[in-house]
Amino acid sequence: MSRSTAEAVPALDERIRGEPLVAQGETLASVTETVCRIVEKPHPPRAWYVAFGISAMLAGLLFAMVGYLLLEGTGVWGINVPVGWGFDITNFVFWVGIGHAGTLISAILFLFRQKWRTSINRFAEAMTIFAVVCAGLFPAIHVGRAWVEYWMFPIPNNLSMWPNFRSPLLWDVFAVSTYMIVSLLFWYMGMIPDLATLRDRARTPLRRFFYGFFSLGWRGSNRQWHRYERAYLLLAALATPLVLSVHSVVSFDFAVSLVPGWHATIFPPYFVAGAIFGGFAMVLLLIVPSREWFGLKNLITMRHLENMTKIVLATGSMVGYAYLIEIFIAWYSGNAVERFAFSNRAFGPYAWAFWTMVSCNVLLPQLFWFKRLRRSIPAILFIAVAVNIGMWFERYVIIVTSLSRDFLPSSWGHFTPTWVDLCTLLGSFGLFFTLFLLFLRFLPIVAIAEVKSVMPDAKLDRDVHHGQGDYHGDIPRQHERQFGDPEAD
Amino acid sequence: MNGRWTTADGAPLFGLLAEFEDVDALIEGAQKVRDAGYTKWDAHTPFPVHGLDDAMGIRHTKLSYLVFAAGVFGVFAGLGLQWWTNTVDYPLIISGKPFFALPANIPVLFEVMVLFAAAAAFVGMLAFNNLPLWYHSLFKSRRFLRATDDRFFISIEARDPKFDPRATRALLTSLRGAAVEEVEE
Repeated sequence: MSRSTAEAVPALDERIRGEPLVAQGETLASVTETVCRIVEKPHPPRAWYVAFGISAMLAGLLFAMVGYLLLEGTGVWGINVPVGWGFDITNFVFWVGIGHAGTLISAILFLFRQKWRTSINRFAEAMTIFAVVCAGLFPAIHVGRAWVEYWMFPIPNNLSMWPNFRSPLLWDVFAVSTYMIVSLLFWYMGMIPDLATLRDRARTPLRRFFYGFFSLGWRGSNRQWHRYERAYLLLAALATPLVLSVHSVVSFDFAVSLVPGWHATIFPPYFVAGAIFGGFAMVLLLIVPSREWFGLKNLITMRHLENMTKIVLATGSMVGYAYLIEIFIAWYSGNAVERFAFSNRAFGPYAWAFWTMVSCNVLLPQLFWFKRLRRSIPAILFIAVAVNIGMWFERYVIIVTSLSRDFLPSSWGHFTPTWVDLCTLLGSFGLFFTLFLLFLRFLPIVAIAEVKSVMPDAKLDRDVHHGQGDYHGDIPRQHERQFGDPEAD
Repeated sequence: MNGRWTTADGAPLFGLLAEFEDVDALIEGAQKVRDAGYTKWDAHTPFPVHGLDDAMGIRHTKLSYLVFAAGVFGVFAGLGLQWWTNTVDYPLIISGKPFFALPANIPVLFEVMVLFAAAAAFVGMLAFNNLPLWYHSLFKSRRFLRATDDRFFISIEARDPKFDPRATRALLTSLRGAAVEEVEE
C-alpha cells in the first residue's frame, strides 16, 4: 500500500459524500469562463447549426399547419364523433407533462436541499418554459375558432357572459397560464445574477446593452442577495404545490367526466408521476448532447446523469404501478363497461399503442437498475427517447381508446390521424427545439452563481468553523442591533 | 448627493471599495466593518455567501409577510371572481348544479392565490432591492467587474455618518487581504 494519507483522504471523502458536484480543478473563475464562453464564442459548434436548421424548418411546418387549420377548420384533423379529442389533447398533455420535470428540479429538489440540481436547473427550467409554450398552443387551436380565445378568460366581452368556473377545462386555463407565468418568473429571476456576469464580461455595445438591460443593474450586493434568496425560496415553495396542482387539474379533464377508462380517482397522482417521468427523460435527452457540444462535462458530471436516471427508474416504476392498479380496479369494480375499457386497451384495435406504452414506460426503464447502464451515454439516450415515445402513447391510449369505444357499441368509432395531425406533432418538436437551441446560444445555460455556491471556495475553512451545511454558527452575531440595517425592508 | 468629500482627482466621492480574494477574508472584514458602526455599506459577492448576513448584521427581510398578504388577497380575489361572475352577474345554470359550491371553485382559487403570491415575491424582491437600477457609481470601478466573477468586495459609502476618508480607509486597509480604492460619485 503506497497510498499516502493525503491521497486517501479525498477518496474517503468521496465515498462518504459521493463524487464532487463540480469536477476537481475548477475554480470560481473557470466556472464563469466555461459557461460564459458558450455564448461569447463568435460561432457555435457545427452540430448546433445543423440542429437549428432542422428544428427551424419543422417549426415552420408547425406554423404552416396551424395556418391551414385556422383557414379550413378542425376538419383537417382526424377527429370526429365519437373521438373529439385526438392528437391535439394528446400533444397538450404530453408537452405540459414534459415541463413538470423542470419545476421538480428547480423547486422541489431545491426545497429538499439536493445540491446536485444546481448544474442542471437552468436547462430544466428553460425546458419547462418551452414545453409549456408548445402545450398552450394545442388547446388554443383545437377550439376551432382561435380568434375568440379570450372567451376562456374572465374578460368582459360582447356576449355579456362569464366563463363557467365549474368546468375542469376552465380550471385548466387558470392552471396552465399560472404555471407559465410562475415558471417564467422563476427562470428569469434565477438568471438575473448570471446575466450580470455576462454584462460585466461583454465586449460589444450590443451585448452590454442586452445583458445590461435584462440584468436590471444587479451588483451582487449582499443586502440584495439576502432578499433575492428569500424570494427564491418563496417561489420554490409556491411552485411546488403549483406543479402538483397543474397536472392534477389536467387529469381532472378526464377524471371528472364519466367516460370509462377516465373516471378514476388515481388519475391525479398517476398523471403527476408520469409527467415527471417523461420530463426527466426529456431533460436527459437535451442535456447529453449539450454537455458534449459545449464542454460542460466538468459541471454536468456523470453523477448528475446517474441521479436523473434513478429518478426515471423510480417514477417509471410508479407509472407501471398505476397501470396495474387501473386494471385491477377495473376488474374489482365489477363494472362491465369499465372492464371492457381496459381489455379493449390491451387487446382491441389500439393494442399496438398500448403495448408500445407498456414496453417503453414500464419495461425499458427497469434497465436502469444496472449501474453500468445508468452511466452509459448510449443507454441513457436510447431509454430517454423510448420514454418520450412511451409517454406520448400513454396519453394517446387514454384519450383515443376511451373515446372510440365507450358505453354503446352503436356509437363506437375509429380514429385515424391525418397528415395534418402528424405534421403538427412533428412541428411542435421543431418549435420546442428551436426555442431551446436559441436558449443554448444566447443565455447562461448553467446557473453560474448557484454552481459557485456549492463549490469548495464557497465554504468557510477557518479553524473555529465546524459542521457541514449552510449555517455557519461560528460567526458571532451582533450583540446589540443598534447598527442594524436601516434599509432592511 | 453629498458634497463633503472628493476623490484625489477632485471628483465627488461615492465611497471606498475594498477587494478580497476569498470568502473567509470577506466575512472577517464584514464583521469588523459592522462592529465599527457603519450603516451605509455593503458586501458584493458573485454568489450568496452563507453566514455573511450575520457577519454584516442584516435584519431579516419582510418579503415573506408581503408574499403572505398577496396570497391571502389572491384567495379572496379568486373566490370573489368566481362567486360574483357565476352567481351574481350572470347566474349560469349547468345541469341544475348550485351556482356557487366551494369544492368546484377550489382549483381556480388555488391558482389565483399562487399567481398573486408569486408575482408579489418577484416584484417585492425587486422593489425592496431598489431594482432595476441601471446606473450605479460602483459600475465605474474596473475592479468591480469581477464582483460577478470571482472576487468579493466591501463598499462603504461617503454618505455614511461615520465616514471619514482617512479613518475609513485605515479601517479597510487594516482588513486581511484587502485592496482598497476610491470610487467617484
